[in-house]
Amino acid sequence: MDTAIIIEKSVLIVAVFALTMLMAMYATLAERKVAAWLQDRIGPNRAGKGGILQPLADGLKLFSKEEFLPDTPNKFLFVAGPAISMSVALMTSAVIPWGDKLEIAGRTVIMQATDIDVALLYVFGVLSVGVYGIMIGAWASNNKFSLMSAMRASSQMISYEVAMGLSIIALLMMTGTLSLREIAAQQSGMNWNVFYQPVGFLIFLVCSFAETNRTPFDLAECEAELIGGYHTEYSSMRMGFYLFAEYASMFISSTILAVLYFGAYNYPGMQWAVENWGVNVANIIGFLALFAKLCFFIFFYMWVRWTIPRFRYDQLMRLGWQMLIPLAIANIFVTAICILWSDGNLF
Amino acid sequence: MALQTMSLSGRKKEVSNKKMTFLERLYLWTIIKGMMITIGHLFTRKVTIKYPEQVRERSKVYRGQHLLKRDEQGRENCTACGLCALSCPAEAITMTASERKPSEKHLYREEKYASVYEINMLRCIFCGLCEEACPKDAIYLTESKVLVPSQYDREDFIFGKDKLVMPLTEAMKNAQLKNAN
Ligand code: SF4
Ligand code: SF4
Repeated sequence: MDTAIIIEKSVLIVAVFALTMLMAMYATLAERKVAAWLQDRIGPNRAGKGGILQPLADGLKLFSKEEFLPDTPNKFLFVAGPAISMSVALMTSAVIPWGDKLEIAGRTVIMQATDIDVALLYVFGVLSVGVYGIMIGAWASNNKFSLMSAMRASSQMISYEVAMGLSIIALLMMTGTLSLREIAAQQSGMNWNVFYQPVGFLIFLVCSFAETNRTPFDLAECEAELIGGYHTEYSSMRMGFYLFAEYASMFISSTILAVLYFGAYNYPGMQWAVENWGVNVANIIGFLALFAKLCFFIFFYMWVRWTIPRFRYDQLMRLGWQMLIPLAIANIFVTAICILWSDGNLF
Repeated sequence: MALQTMSLSGRKKEVSNKKMTFLERLYLWTIIKGMMITIGHLFTRKVTIKYPEQVRERSKVYRGQHLLKRDEQGRENCTACGLCALSCPAEAITMTASERKPSEKHLYREEKYASVYEINMLRCIFCGLCEEACPKDAIYLTESKVLVPSQYDREDFIFGKDKLVMPLTEAMKNAQLKNAN
């Protein structure tokens, strides 16, 4: 492996890392702003112009809080919990294709930190590990309510992972690949997967809400029943990590939604742009297009959060097991029939 | 009408336990409807008044911070009779009376004056009864829009004569105005 590749990849990874952190930071501000606007308020507007420095102020506040360690037999796990949550949230971003390729100094640079051909499986694997962050942290807290919250979170995540996986299978049958890069490339033009897999998209979307623990599936956090949530015993920056991880994973799951179903970095006229303006310009526009799409999804998450109340726990489980999973399986069958039919193999 | 179905307030609503239709049971459609409502609110004008920069319009009869008046010659009106303190429902006013010395004739209008006059702004409810009680036209609530500013110490909320007595310049201005008329 030559140095150029190492440098290229390091730069990419750092850029992606910085982007994720920045987006997670500003998602906290955006959430508060969107909440305020939807409720006819103005929202935080004192720190910096229009509240632009609010995330820094929040971070500073968390940093300056006392780092409290409860009387727990598992100090190591207590510290490991938020770390796992955070690193898992960040790890997923490694396989996301941010664009097709750039040509810098005669080299073709792929705009993706790493292109593994089981990227989708990797995403799922890492996502499922995310439960451990919550579960371990809550368990090590030595607090019944935290544990109860973690039970809720993990059983919900595991239930919805099934439906999520099944909805993805239909997509895989169509694309025939697990590589996110190829899935992105296949959607060039306006061949966005959402047009071919509307039901799959819907299921995936609902499951993403459950996976990121957001309203209407945010039962893991509940002041009235559980005092706080799985992070009740946490304070200072450890608490901050949990909250931050939630926003980071929201950013990542928005990105995955955009990549899988909304054409990734493709935009109408990309081919024309490549021919007329060159690869670099076309791909930077592509990156911006992806960025716009994922921003929309982040907004969508918030929009839903401030619109509908949460489900009851039994409603949540019924929705997952009795509606989404059968629907996802039906979707697989319909997709299979359609594929056979379009190939002319049916009858 | 049966007693059970009667509505005295006219606002009684029958609880309906009707079965949800298929569309409602799907949630999706109702969620979309709800989201359309909230997105509308994104673009409505916000009613917030950004306080320190913008001040809410006050009513015409609004009265704020007190003023101990001087007459046209710049002398303090108050004679420390204590009627304001007596009338104050919040017991916000305290004072110490002193006798005027011959050399202080230009400072105080009456022979007795208040050497200390304090209003506890944490207690005051701005009712204006002190103003009504005063026989010497000495205390008035002004139209000042400045509310009592926040402080760290309780002592800072007890306004003494330094904050309450009308500035001399203003007394002179009043005198000039009177002469002009
Ligand atoms: S305004 Fe009312 S409460 Fe305030 S000092 Fe005067 S009498 Fe007392
Ligand atoms: S302000 Fe008026 S009522 Fe109060 S002590 Fe002075 S003269 Fe008397």
